[in-house]
Amino acid sequence: MRSTRLMAAIAAATAAVVAVPLLAQTQQPKSAADGLAEYRKMLEDGNPAELFEAKGEDLWKTPRGPKNASLQACDLGLGPGVVQGAWVQLPRWFPDTKKVQDLESRLLTCMQTLQGFDAAEIARTPFDKGEQAAVTALAAWISSLSRGMKMALPQKHAEEKRAYELGKRAFFYRGGPMDFSCASCHGEEGKRIRMQDLPDLTKNPGNGVGFAAWPAYRVSSGEMWSMQRRLNDCFRQQRFPYPGFASDVTVALAVYMGVNAKGAESIAPAIKR
Amino acid sequence: MPDPMRIRAQAAGDKTTVRVLMSHEMETGLRKDPAGKIIPAWYIQEVTAQLNGKPVLSAEWGPSVSKNPFLQFIVKGAKAGDKIAVTWRDNRGETRTDEATVS
Amino acid sequence: MKITRFAVIALLAAGTAQAQTPKQLDQQTAAMMRASFREQGIAKMDRLEQDAAQKACSQAKPPSEAVTKKIEAAELAAVKWPADGQFIGDWKEGEKLAQNGRGMTWTDASVAPAKNGAMCYNCHQIDKKEISFGTIGPSLWNYGKLRGVADPADPASAAIVKYTWGKLWNSKAYAACSNMPRFGHAELLNEQQIRDVMALLLDPKSPVNQ
Repeated sequence: MRSTRLMAAIAAATAAVVAVPLLAQTQQPKSAADGLAEYRKMLEDGNPAELFEAKGEDLWKTPRGPKNASLQACDLGLGPGVVQGAWVQLPRWFPDTKKVQDLESRLLTCMQTLQGFDAAEIARTPFDKGEQAAVTALAAWISSLSRGMKMALPQKHAEEKRAYELGKRAFFYRGGPMDFSCASCHGEEGKRIRMQDLPDLTKNPGNGVGFAAWPAYRVSSGEMWSMQRRLNDCFRQQRFPYPGFASDVTVALAVYMGVNAKGAESIAPAIKR
Repeated sequence: MPDPMRIRAQAAGDKTTVRVLMSHEMETGLRKDPAGKIIPAWYIQEVTAQLNGKPVLSAEWGPSVSKNPFLQFIVKGAKAGDKIAVTWRDNRGETRTDEATVS
Repeated sequence: MKITRFAVIALLAAGTAQAQTPKQLDQQTAAMMRASFREQGIAKMDRLEQDAAQKACSQAKPPSEAVTKKIEAAELAAVKWPADGQFIGDWKEGEKLAQNGRGMTWTDASVAPAKNGAMCYNCHQIDKKEISFGTIGPSLWNYGKLRGVADPADPASAAIVKYTWGKLWNSKAYAACSNMPRFGHAELLNEQQIRDVMALLLDPKSPVNQ
Protein backbone atom coordinates (compact mmCIF):
# COMPACT_ATOMS: atom_id res chain seq x y z
CA MET A 1 0.00 0.00 0.00
CA ARG A 2 1.59 3.22 -1.10
CA SER A 3 1.95 6.06 1.37
CA THR A 4 0.09 9.33 0.93
CA ARG A 5 3.35 11.16 0.31
CA LEU A 6 4.45 8.78 -2.44
CA MET A 7 1.07 9.00 -4.17
CA ALA A 8 1.24 12.79 -4.04
CA ALA A 9 4.72 12.72 -5.53
CA ILE A 10 3.58 10.47 -8.37
CA ALA A 11 0.59 12.74 -9.05
CA ALA A 12 2.84 15.80 -9.14
CA ALA A 13 5.41 14.09 -11.33
CA THR A 14 2.86 13.07 -13.94
CA ALA A 15 1.13 16.47 -13.78
CA ALA A 16 -2.20 14.64 -13.80
CA VAL A 17 -5.41 16.60 -13.44
CA VAL A 18 -7.24 13.50 -12.12
CA ALA A 19 -7.62 13.35 -8.32
CA VAL A 20 -5.54 10.53 -6.85
CA PRO A 21 -7.36 8.29 -4.36
CA LEU A 22 -5.50 6.34 -1.66
CA LEU A 23 -5.77 2.90 -3.23
CA ALA A 24 -3.84 -0.35 -3.53
CA GLN A 25 -0.53 -0.22 -5.42
CA THR A 26 -2.06 -1.35 -8.77
CA GLN A 27 -3.99 1.96 -9.18
CA GLN A 28 -1.94 4.59 -11.04
CA PRO A 29 -3.20 7.99 -12.23
CA LYS A 30 -3.32 8.15 -16.04
CA SER A 31 -0.85 10.76 -17.21
CA ALA A 32 -1.62 13.12 -20.06
CA ALA A 33 1.00 11.27 -22.10
CA ASP A 34 -0.71 7.90 -21.46
CA GLY A 35 -4.08 9.36 -22.44
CA LEU A 36 -2.62 10.68 -25.68
CA ALA A 37 -0.99 7.33 -26.44
CA GLU A 38 -4.35 5.61 -25.96
CA TYR A 39 -6.03 8.10 -28.30
CA ARG A 40 -3.37 7.56 -30.95
CA LYS A 41 -3.75 3.78 -30.67
CA MET A 42 -7.50 4.13 -31.21
CA LEU A 43 -6.88 6.13 -34.37
CA GLU A 44 -4.69 3.47 -35.98
CA ASP A 45 -7.59 1.33 -37.14
CA GLY A 46 -9.33 2.87 -40.12
CA ASN A 47 -6.73 5.35 -41.33
CA PRO A 48 -8.43 7.66 -43.86
CA ALA A 49 -5.12 7.62 -45.74
CA GLU A 50 -6.52 4.46 -47.34
CA LEU A 51 -9.06 6.61 -49.17
CA PHE A 52 -6.16 8.58 -50.66
CA GLU A 53 -4.25 5.39 -51.48
CA ALA A 54 -7.24 4.22 -53.52
CA LYS A 55 -7.35 7.57 -55.35
CA GLY A 56 -3.60 7.48 -55.95
CA GLU A 57 -3.66 4.01 -57.46
CA ASP A 58 -6.42 5.14 -59.78
CA LEU A 59 -4.45 8.24 -60.83
CA TRP A 60 -1.35 6.13 -61.57
CA LYS A 61 -3.23 3.77 -63.87
CA THR A 62 -5.71 6.12 -65.58
CA PRO A 63 -4.73 7.92 -68.82
CA ARG A 64 -4.93 11.66 -68.13
CA GLY A 65 -3.60 15.04 -69.18
CA PRO A 66 -3.04 16.62 -72.59
CA LYS A 67 -1.20 13.48 -73.74
CA ASN A 68 -3.93 11.20 -72.36
CA ALA A 69 -1.38 8.83 -70.87
CA SER A 70 -1.11 6.97 -67.56
CA LEU A 71 1.87 7.18 -65.20
CA GLN A 72 2.64 3.50 -65.53
CA ALA A 73 5.90 4.21 -67.37
CA CYS A 74 7.09 6.62 -64.66
CA ASP A 75 10.54 5.77 -63.28
CA LEU A 76 10.68 6.38 -59.51
CA GLY A 77 14.28 5.17 -59.31
CA LEU A 78 13.89 1.41 -59.65
CA GLY A 79 12.96 1.40 -63.33
CA PRO A 80 9.87 2.46 -65.31
CA GLY A 81 6.66 1.37 -63.59
CA VAL A 82 8.37 -0.17 -60.53
CA VAL A 83 6.53 1.24 -57.52
CA GLN A 84 7.12 -1.27 -54.76
CA GLY A 85 10.20 -0.33 -52.77
CA ALA A 86 10.72 2.96 -54.60
CA TRP A 87 9.56 5.19 -51.71
CA VAL A 88 12.29 4.08 -49.28
CA GLN A 89 15.00 4.99 -51.78
CA LEU A 90 13.87 8.56 -52.34
CA PRO A 91 15.24 11.19 -52.74
CA ARG A 92 17.91 9.94 -55.14
CA TRP A 93 19.84 11.00 -58.27
CA PHE A 94 18.08 10.60 -61.61
CA PRO A 95 20.26 10.42 -64.75
CA ASP A 96 17.51 11.64 -67.10
CA THR A 97 16.93 14.95 -65.28
CA LYS A 98 20.47 15.04 -63.83
CA LYS A 99 18.98 16.06 -60.48
CA VAL A 100 18.48 14.65 -57.03
CA GLN A 101 14.70 14.38 -56.72
CA ASP A 102 12.21 13.48 -54.01
CA LEU A 103 8.92 11.69 -54.73
CA GLU A 104 6.86 14.83 -55.37
CA SER A 105 9.52 16.33 -57.62
CA ARG A 106 9.73 13.07 -59.57
CA LEU A 107 5.94 12.95 -59.93
CA LEU A 108 6.05 16.46 -61.40
CA THR A 109 8.64 15.23 -63.91
CA CYS A 110 6.51 12.24 -64.91
CA MET A 111 3.25 14.19 -65.01
CA GLN A 112 4.92 16.64 -67.38
CA THR A 113 6.91 14.31 -69.65
CA LEU A 114 4.41 11.42 -69.79
CA GLN A 115 1.06 13.19 -69.42
CA GLY A 116 1.80 16.70 -70.73
CA PHE A 117 0.88 18.60 -67.54
CA ASP A 118 2.76 21.82 -66.73
CA ALA A 119 5.03 20.98 -63.78
CA ALA A 120 5.64 24.63 -62.86
CA GLU A 121 1.88 25.24 -62.86
CA ILE A 122 1.33 22.29 -60.51
CA ALA A 123 4.16 23.56 -58.26
CA ARG A 124 2.41 26.94 -58.03
CA THR A 125 -0.99 25.38 -57.25
CA PRO A 126 -1.97 25.51 -53.55
CA PHE A 127 -1.99 22.19 -51.65
CA ASP A 128 -5.15 20.08 -52.05
CA LYS A 129 -6.29 21.98 -55.14
CA GLY A 130 -6.34 20.71 -58.72
CA GLU A 131 -3.35 18.58 -59.70
CA GLN A 132 -1.70 19.19 -56.32
CA ALA A 133 -4.40 16.96 -54.83
CA ALA A 134 -3.41 14.33 -57.40
CA VAL A 135 0.25 14.53 -56.39
CA THR A 136 -0.69 14.02 -52.72
CA ALA A 137 -2.92 11.02 -53.49
CA LEU A 138 -0.19 9.49 -55.66
CA ALA A 139 2.33 10.01 -52.85
CA ALA A 140 -0.01 8.22 -50.43
CA TRP A 141 -0.36 5.19 -52.71
CA ILE A 142 3.27 5.01 -53.77
CA SER A 143 4.51 5.18 -50.18
CA SER A 144 1.99 2.51 -49.15
CA LEU A 145 3.74 0.06 -51.45
CA SER A 146 6.88 0.40 -49.35
CA ARG A 147 5.14 -0.03 -46.02
CA GLY A 148 7.22 -2.09 -43.61
CA MET A 149 10.37 -1.68 -45.69
CA LYS A 150 13.46 -0.01 -44.32
CA MET A 151 14.67 3.45 -45.36
CA ALA A 152 17.58 2.94 -47.75
CA LEU A 153 18.35 6.19 -49.57
CA PRO A 154 21.33 5.79 -51.90
CA GLN A 155 24.42 7.91 -51.19
CA LYS A 156 26.63 6.73 -54.04
CA HIS A 157 26.40 9.58 -56.55
CA ALA A 158 28.38 12.75 -55.80
CA GLU A 159 25.19 14.79 -56.10
CA GLU A 160 23.43 12.60 -53.53
CA LYS A 161 26.31 13.21 -51.12
CA ARG A 162 26.31 16.93 -51.86
CA ALA A 163 22.54 17.10 -51.28
CA TYR A 164 23.09 15.52 -47.86
CA GLU A 165 25.67 18.17 -46.96
CA LEU A 166 23.44 21.01 -48.17
CA GLY A 167 20.46 19.51 -46.35
CA LYS A 168 22.46 19.32 -43.14
CA ARG A 169 23.43 22.99 -43.39
CA ALA A 170 19.83 23.95 -44.18
CA PHE A 171 18.71 21.96 -41.12
CA PHE A 172 20.85 24.10 -38.82
CA TYR A 173 20.18 27.41 -40.61
CA ARG A 174 18.91 29.91 -38.01
CA GLY A 175 16.69 32.57 -39.49
CA GLY A 176 13.48 34.56 -39.37
CA PRO A 177 12.27 36.87 -36.58
CA MET A 178 12.32 34.00 -34.09
CA ASP A 179 15.81 32.69 -34.94
CA PHE A 180 14.44 29.20 -35.55
CA SER A 181 16.15 26.43 -37.46
CA CYS A 182 14.86 22.90 -37.95
CA ALA A 183 17.27 21.98 -35.15
CA SER A 184 15.54 24.36 -32.73
CA CYS A 185 12.80 21.75 -32.38
CA HIS A 186 14.29 18.63 -33.94
CA GLY A 187 17.88 18.78 -32.77
CA GLU A 188 17.56 17.16 -29.36
CA GLU A 189 16.34 13.89 -27.90
CA GLY A 190 13.20 13.71 -25.75
CA LYS A 191 11.71 17.17 -26.31
CA ARG A 192 8.19 18.23 -27.12
CA ILE A 193 6.20 21.34 -28.11
CA ARG A 194 3.11 21.49 -25.87
CA MET A 195 2.13 17.79 -25.91
CA GLN A 196 3.60 16.96 -29.31
CA ASP A 197 6.72 14.80 -29.07
CA LEU A 198 9.53 15.93 -31.35
CA PRO A 199 11.82 13.36 -32.96
CA ASP A 200 15.54 14.16 -33.07
CA LEU A 201 16.09 14.30 -36.81
CA THR A 202 19.86 14.74 -36.60
CA LYS A 203 19.94 11.01 -35.83
CA ASN A 204 17.89 7.93 -36.66
CA PRO A 205 14.73 8.43 -34.59
CA GLY A 206 13.63 4.79 -35.02
CA ASN A 207 10.98 2.78 -36.84
CA GLY A 208 7.94 4.70 -38.02
CA VAL A 209 9.14 8.03 -36.64
CA GLY A 210 10.05 11.28 -38.39
CA PHE A 211 10.90 10.84 -42.05
CA ALA A 212 9.57 7.26 -41.94
CA ALA A 213 6.12 8.47 -40.85
CA TRP A 214 5.18 10.75 -43.75
CA PRO A 215 3.03 11.03 -45.91
CA ALA A 216 0.42 11.00 -43.17
CA TYR A 217 -3.29 11.75 -42.65
CA ARG A 218 -3.76 14.52 -40.12
CA VAL A 219 -6.95 13.93 -38.12
CA SER A 220 -7.03 17.47 -36.69
CA SER A 221 -7.47 19.01 -40.12
CA GLY A 222 -8.79 16.00 -42.05
CA GLU A 223 -6.02 16.44 -44.60
CA MET A 224 -3.54 14.13 -46.28
CA TRP A 225 -0.04 15.61 -45.92
CA SER A 226 2.92 14.70 -48.07
CA MET A 227 6.48 15.41 -46.87
CA GLN A 228 6.42 18.56 -49.03
CA ARG A 229 3.35 19.74 -47.11
CA ARG A 230 4.95 18.85 -43.79
CA LEU A 231 8.09 20.87 -44.66
CA ASN A 232 5.97 23.75 -45.90
CA ASP A 233 4.15 23.97 -42.57
CA CYS A 234 7.42 23.60 -40.65
CA PHE A 235 8.82 26.66 -42.44
CA ARG A 236 5.57 28.53 -41.80
CA GLN A 237 5.88 27.83 -38.07
CA GLN A 238 9.56 28.80 -38.21
CA ARG A 239 8.35 32.19 -39.52
CA PHE A 240 10.44 31.74 -42.67
CA PRO A 241 9.34 32.88 -46.14
CA TYR A 242 7.48 30.37 -48.33
CA PRO A 243 9.46 27.35 -49.60
CA GLY A 244 8.85 26.55 -53.24
CA PHE A 245 7.10 23.23 -53.85
CA ALA A 246 9.77 20.60 -54.57
CA SER A 247 12.44 23.34 -54.34
CA ASP A 248 16.09 22.45 -53.76
CA VAL A 249 15.97 23.13 -50.01
CA THR A 250 13.05 20.74 -49.54
CA VAL A 251 14.80 17.97 -51.47
CA ALA A 252 18.11 18.54 -49.66
CA LEU A 253 16.38 18.40 -46.26
CA ALA A 254 14.60 15.19 -47.28
CA VAL A 255 17.97 13.67 -48.21
CA TYR A 256 19.44 14.68 -44.84
CA MET A 257 16.53 13.29 -42.84
CA GLY A 258 16.09 10.21 -45.01
CA VAL A 259 19.76 9.23 -44.90
CA ASN A 260 19.82 9.74 -41.12
CA ALA A 261 16.81 7.42 -40.92
CA LYS A 262 18.63 4.60 -42.73
CA GLY A 263 17.26 1.24 -41.56
CA ALA A 264 14.15 2.73 -39.96
CA GLU A 265 10.92 0.99 -40.95
CA SER A 266 8.52 3.08 -43.03
CA ILE A 267 4.91 3.18 -41.82
CA ALA A 268 3.74 5.59 -44.51
CA PRO A 269 1.07 6.60 -45.10
CA ALA A 270 0.57 7.01 -41.36
CA ILE A 271 -2.02 8.76 -39.20
CA LYS A 272 -1.29 11.77 -37.02
CA ARG A 273 -3.22 13.94 -34.56
CA MET B 1 -20.54 10.26 -57.87
CA PRO B 2 -19.21 10.24 -54.27
CA ASP B 3 -15.89 8.49 -53.60
CA PRO B 4 -16.03 4.78 -52.74
CA MET B 5 -15.91 3.40 -49.20
CA ARG B 6 -13.29 0.92 -48.03
CA ILE B 7 -14.98 -2.06 -46.42
CA ARG B 8 -13.30 -5.03 -44.76
CA ALA B 9 -15.25 -7.90 -43.18
CA GLN B 10 -13.41 -10.59 -41.26
CA ALA B 11 -15.10 -13.65 -39.74
CA ALA B 12 -13.81 -15.12 -36.46
CA GLY B 13 -16.09 -17.97 -35.39
CA ASP B 14 -19.64 -16.71 -35.14
CA LYS B 15 -18.67 -13.03 -35.03
CA THR B 16 -17.71 -11.00 -38.09
CA THR B 17 -15.99 -7.65 -37.59
CA VAL B 18 -16.84 -5.14 -40.29
CA ARG B 19 -14.66 -2.05 -40.72
CA VAL B 20 -15.84 0.77 -42.95
CA LEU B 21 -13.96 3.91 -43.98
CA MET B 22 -16.20 6.49 -45.66
CA SER B 23 -15.04 9.40 -47.75
CA HIS B 24 -17.11 12.44 -46.76
CA GLU B 25 -16.44 16.10 -45.80
CA MET B 26 -18.91 15.96 -42.87
CA GLU B 27 -19.22 19.75 -42.79
CA THR B 28 -20.96 20.83 -39.56
CA GLY B 29 -22.54 23.99 -40.93
CA LEU B 30 -20.95 26.00 -38.12
CA ARG B 31 -17.61 26.81 -39.76
CA LYS B 32 -16.94 30.04 -41.62
CA ASP B 33 -14.80 30.49 -44.70
CA PRO B 34 -11.94 33.08 -44.78
CA ALA B 35 -14.46 35.70 -46.03
CA GLY B 36 -16.65 35.11 -42.97
CA LYS B 37 -19.45 33.27 -44.73
CA ILE B 38 -20.91 30.10 -43.19
CA ILE B 39 -19.87 26.91 -45.01
CA PRO B 40 -23.13 25.03 -45.55
CA ALA B 41 -23.80 21.85 -43.57
CA TRP B 42 -23.06 18.68 -45.50
CA TYR B 43 -23.02 15.45 -43.56
CA ILE B 44 -24.12 11.82 -43.59
CA GLN B 45 -27.52 11.42 -41.96
CA GLU B 46 -28.21 7.72 -42.40
CA VAL B 47 -26.05 4.62 -42.54
CA THR B 48 -27.43 1.15 -43.19
CA ALA B 49 -25.72 -2.23 -43.56
CA GLN B 50 -27.01 -5.47 -45.01
CA LEU B 51 -25.83 -9.06 -44.78
CA ASN B 52 -26.75 -10.97 -47.93
CA GLY B 53 -29.52 -8.42 -48.54
CA LYS B 54 -30.90 -8.57 -44.99
CA PRO B 55 -30.68 -5.36 -42.90
CA VAL B 56 -28.37 -5.76 -39.90
CA LEU B 57 -27.57 -2.18 -38.92
CA SER B 58 -29.13 1.23 -39.25
CA ALA B 59 -27.70 4.43 -37.81
CA GLU B 60 -28.67 8.09 -37.67
CA TRP B 61 -25.69 10.40 -37.82
CA GLY B 62 -25.29 14.13 -37.36
CA PRO B 63 -22.71 16.87 -37.77
CA SER B 64 -20.68 15.74 -34.74
CA VAL B 65 -19.29 12.78 -36.67
CA SER B 66 -15.83 13.56 -38.03
CA LYS B 67 -14.67 13.99 -41.59
CA ASN B 68 -13.86 10.72 -43.38
CA PRO B 69 -15.65 8.70 -40.71
CA PHE B 70 -14.60 5.25 -39.62
CA LEU B 71 -17.29 2.78 -38.56
CA GLN B 72 -16.68 -0.60 -36.99
CA PHE B 73 -19.35 -3.10 -35.99
CA ILE B 74 -19.73 -6.80 -35.26
CA VAL B 75 -22.41 -8.92 -36.91
CA LYS B 76 -23.36 -12.44 -35.86
CA GLY B 77 -24.15 -15.36 -38.11
CA ALA B 78 -22.04 -14.37 -41.11
CA LYS B 79 -19.57 -16.72 -42.76
CA ALA B 80 -16.80 -16.44 -45.34
CA GLY B 81 -18.22 -15.67 -48.77
CA ASP B 82 -21.23 -13.73 -47.49
CA LYS B 83 -21.85 -10.21 -48.85
CA ILE B 84 -21.84 -7.13 -46.63
CA ALA B 85 -23.30 -3.99 -48.22
CA VAL B 86 -23.08 -0.55 -46.60
CA THR B 87 -25.10 2.49 -47.71
CA TRP B 88 -24.86 6.09 -46.57
CA ARG B 89 -27.16 8.99 -47.40
CA ASP B 90 -26.37 12.65 -46.66
CA ASN B 91 -28.39 15.82 -46.09
CA ARG B 92 -28.02 16.78 -49.76
CA GLY B 93 -29.68 13.52 -50.76
CA GLU B 94 -26.44 12.09 -52.12
CA THR B 95 -25.89 8.42 -51.49
CA ARG B 96 -23.26 5.74 -51.90
CA THR B 97 -23.40 1.95 -51.57
CA ASP B 98 -20.40 -0.36 -51.51
CA GLU B 99 -20.05 -4.06 -50.96
CA ALA B 100 -17.47 -6.43 -49.56
CA THR B 101 -17.14 -10.17 -49.17
CA VAL B 102 -16.64 -11.66 -45.73
CA SER B 103 -13.24 -13.32 -45.51
CA MET C 1 29.46 37.24 -59.77
CA LYS C 2 25.72 37.62 -60.07
CA ILE C 3 23.92 34.40 -59.22
CA THR C 4 20.79 34.18 -61.33
CA ARG C 5 17.91 31.89 -60.41
CA PHE C 6 18.66 29.60 -63.37
CA ALA C 7 22.32 29.30 -62.45
CA VAL C 8 21.35 28.48 -58.89
CA ILE C 9 19.01 25.69 -59.99
CA ALA C 10 21.86 24.38 -62.11
CA LEU C 11 24.00 24.34 -58.94
CA LEU C 12 22.00 21.51 -57.45
CA ALA C 13 21.52 19.81 -60.80
CA ALA C 14 25.04 19.85 -62.22
CA GLY C 15 27.07 16.72 -61.74
CA THR C 16 30.37 17.74 -60.18
CA ALA C 17 33.04 15.08 -60.12
CA GLN C 18 35.00 15.94 -57.00
CA ALA C 19 33.95 16.51 -53.38
CA GLN C 20 33.18 20.07 -52.36
CA THR C 21 35.12 22.00 -49.73
CA PRO C 22 33.20 23.08 -46.62
CA LYS C 23 33.42 26.71 -47.76
CA GLN C 24 31.94 25.84 -51.16
CA LEU C 25 29.14 23.90 -49.48
CA ASP C 26 28.42 26.90 -47.22
CA GLN C 27 28.20 29.17 -50.25
CA GLN C 28 26.00 26.71 -52.09
CA THR C 29 23.71 26.51 -49.05
CA ALA C 30 23.33 30.28 -48.95
CA ALA C 31 22.51 30.34 -52.64
CA MET C 32 20.09 27.44 -52.25
CA MET C 33 18.23 29.22 -49.43
CA ARG C 34 17.85 32.39 -51.50
CA ALA C 35 16.63 30.50 -54.55
CA SER C 36 14.26 28.07 -52.81
CA PHE C 37 12.05 30.56 -50.99
CA ARG C 38 9.69 33.34 -52.00
CA GLU C 39 7.91 35.98 -49.98
CA GLN C 40 4.37 35.24 -48.84
CA GLY C 41 2.12 37.62 -46.92
CA ILE C 42 4.09 39.26 -44.12
CA ALA C 43 6.96 36.76 -44.48
CA LYS C 44 9.48 38.63 -46.64
CA MET C 45 12.77 37.38 -48.07
CA ASP C 46 14.80 39.52 -45.64
CA ARG C 47 13.90 36.92 -43.01
CA LEU C 48 16.60 34.72 -44.55
CA GLU C 49 19.29 37.33 -43.91
CA GLN C 50 21.25 36.21 -40.89
CA ASP C 51 22.65 38.52 -38.23
CA ALA C 52 25.85 37.66 -36.37
CA ALA C 53 24.15 35.57 -33.69
CA GLN C 54 22.09 33.54 -36.15
CA LYS C 55 25.07 32.97 -38.40
CA ALA C 56 27.36 31.82 -35.60
CA CYS C 57 24.74 29.39 -34.30
CA SER C 58 23.92 27.71 -37.62
CA GLN C 59 26.16 24.68 -37.24
CA ALA C 60 25.74 21.35 -35.49
CA LYS C 61 28.52 22.38 -33.08
CA PRO C 62 28.24 25.53 -30.95
CA PRO C 63 30.63 28.42 -31.67
CA SER C 64 33.89 28.91 -29.77
CA GLU C 65 34.05 30.39 -26.27
CA ALA C 66 35.41 33.64 -27.70
CA VAL C 67 32.68 34.01 -30.31
CA THR C 68 30.02 33.10 -27.74
CA LYS C 69 31.17 35.80 -25.33
CA LYS C 70 31.34 38.37 -28.13
CA ILE C 71 27.78 37.64 -29.24
CA GLU C 72 26.40 37.70 -25.71
CA ALA C 73 28.03 41.06 -25.02
CA ALA C 74 26.67 42.58 -28.22
CA GLU C 75 23.16 41.24 -27.59
CA LEU C 76 23.20 42.50 -23.98
CA ALA C 77 24.24 45.94 -25.18
CA ALA C 78 21.21 45.94 -27.49
CA VAL C 79 18.68 45.31 -24.73
CA LYS C 80 16.17 48.15 -24.28
CA TRP C 81 15.21 48.61 -20.65
CA PRO C 82 11.73 50.00 -19.86
CA ALA C 83 11.81 53.79 -20.32
CA ASP C 84 9.72 54.48 -17.21
CA GLY C 85 11.47 51.89 -15.05
CA GLN C 86 8.24 49.88 -14.81
CA PHE C 87 9.13 46.19 -15.10
CA ILE C 88 5.94 44.52 -13.91
CA GLY C 89 2.51 44.51 -15.57
CA ASP C 90 -0.60 42.32 -15.25
CA TRP C 91 -0.10 38.56 -14.74
CA LYS C 92 -3.60 37.78 -16.04
CA GLU C 93 -2.63 39.30 -19.39
CA GLY C 94 0.70 37.52 -19.11
CA GLU C 95 -1.02 34.15 -18.85
CA LYS C 96 -3.10 34.94 -21.95
CA LEU C 97 0.06 35.85 -23.82
CA ALA C 98 1.82 32.70 -22.62
CA GLN C 99 -1.05 30.58 -23.97
CA ASN C 100 -1.12 32.33 -27.35
CA GLY C 101 1.18 30.96 -30.04
CA ARG C 102 -0.11 33.09 -32.89
CA GLY C 103 1.67 35.67 -34.96
CA MET C 104 4.37 36.41 -37.51
CA THR C 105 3.64 33.52 -39.89
CA TRP C 106 2.69 34.06 -43.51
CA THR C 107 -0.94 33.29 -42.60
CA ASP C 108 -1.02 36.11 -40.07
CA ALA C 109 -2.35 39.47 -41.21
CA SER C 110 0.15 41.86 -39.63
CA VAL C 111 3.55 42.13 -37.94
CA ALA C 112 2.18 44.41 -35.19
CA PRO C 113 3.31 42.99 -31.81
CA ALA C 114 -0.13 43.68 -30.34
CA LYS C 115 -1.42 40.83 -32.51
CA ASN C 116 1.24 38.36 -31.39
CA GLY C 117 1.29 35.84 -28.58
CA ALA C 118 4.35 35.12 -26.42
CA MET C 119 3.91 31.35 -27.05
CA CYS C 120 5.59 30.48 -23.74
CA TYR C 121 3.72 27.20 -23.12
CA ASN C 122 5.03 25.87 -26.43
CA CYS C 123 8.38 25.31 -24.73
CA HIS C 124 7.92 25.81 -20.98
CA GLN C 125 5.92 24.60 -18.05
CA ILE C 126 4.67 27.74 -16.28
CA ASP C 127 1.45 27.49 -14.21
CA LYS C 128 1.15 23.89 -12.96
CA LYS C 129 -2.59 23.95 -13.78
CA GLU C 130 -1.68 23.86 -17.46
CA ILE C 131 -0.74 20.28 -18.36
CA SER C 132 -0.20 21.02 -22.05
CA PHE C 133 3.30 22.44 -21.92
CA GLY C 134 6.49 21.89 -23.88
CA THR C 135 9.90 20.76 -22.67
CA ILE C 136 12.24 22.59 -25.03
CA GLY C 137 12.92 25.11 -22.26
CA PRO C 138 13.13 24.59 -18.47
CA SER C 139 10.11 24.63 -16.18
CA LEU C 140 9.23 28.12 -14.92
CA TRP C 141 6.93 26.92 -12.19
CA ASN C 142 7.50 28.98 -8.99
CA TYR C 143 9.92 31.17 -10.98
CA GLY C 144 9.78 34.20 -8.66
CA LYS C 145 9.26 32.16 -5.48
CA LEU C 146 12.32 29.99 -6.07
CA ARG C 147 14.42 33.10 -6.57
CA GLY C 148 13.19 34.68 -3.33
CA VAL C 149 11.24 37.48 -5.05
CA ALA C 150 8.66 38.48 -2.43
CA ASP C 151 8.40 42.01 -3.84
CA PRO C 152 9.69 42.80 -7.34
CA ALA C 153 10.10 46.47 -6.37
CA ASP C 154 12.47 45.56 -3.53
CA PRO C 155 16.11 46.51 -4.37
CA ALA C 156 17.07 42.99 -3.24
CA SER C 157 15.15 41.63 -6.24
CA ALA C 158 16.55 44.14 -8.73
CA ALA C 159 19.13 41.76 -10.21
CA ILE C 160 16.57 39.01 -10.86
CA VAL C 161 14.03 41.45 -12.25
CA LYS C 162 16.65 42.92 -14.56
CA TYR C 163 17.88 39.49 -15.71
CA THR C 164 14.31 38.33 -16.43
CA TRP C 165 13.57 41.43 -18.50
CA GLY C 166 16.85 41.05 -20.33
CA LYS C 167 16.19 37.37 -21.04
CA LEU C 168 12.72 38.09 -22.40
CA TRP C 169 13.94 41.04 -24.44
CA ASN C 170 16.97 39.27 -25.84
CA SER C 171 17.61 35.68 -24.76
CA LYS C 172 20.94 35.62 -26.60
CA ALA C 173 22.36 38.20 -24.23
CA TYR C 174 22.77 35.30 -21.78
CA ALA C 175 23.11 32.31 -24.11
CA ALA C 176 24.41 33.09 -27.58
CA CYS C 177 22.66 30.17 -29.31
CA SER C 178 19.52 30.10 -27.16
CA ASN C 179 16.52 28.43 -28.80
CA MET C 180 14.30 31.13 -27.31
CA PRO C 181 13.17 33.97 -29.62
CA ARG C 182 14.39 37.50 -28.85
CA PHE C 183 10.95 38.86 -28.05
CA GLY C 184 11.82 42.54 -27.57
CA HIS C 185 14.78 42.74 -29.92
CA ALA C 186 12.87 41.19 -32.84
CA GLU C 187 9.76 43.29 -32.11
CA LEU C 188 7.66 40.19 -31.46
CA LEU C 189 6.23 41.72 -28.30
CA ASN C 190 5.96 45.34 -27.17
CA GLU C 191 7.03 46.70 -23.79
CA GLN C 192 3.60 46.31 -22.19
CA GLN C 193 3.34 42.70 -23.29
CA ILE C 194 6.77 41.94 -21.85
CA ARG C 195 5.74 43.63 -18.59
CA ASP C 196 2.72 41.33 -18.46
CA VAL C 197 4.85 38.21 -19.00
CA MET C 198 7.23 39.54 -16.32
CA ALA C 199 4.25 39.75 -13.94
CA LEU C 200 3.27 36.15 -14.70
CA LEU C 201 6.75 35.09 -13.63
CA LEU C 202 7.53 37.52 -10.81
CA ASP C 203 4.33 38.85 -9.27
CA PRO C 204 3.95 37.11 -5.89
CA LYS C 205 0.20 37.04 -6.58
CA SER C 206 0.70 35.23 -9.90
CA PRO C 207 -0.52 31.59 -9.87
CA VAL C 208 3.02 30.66 -10.93
CA ASN C 209 4.33 31.65 -7.50
CA GLN C 210 1.74 29.93 -5.31
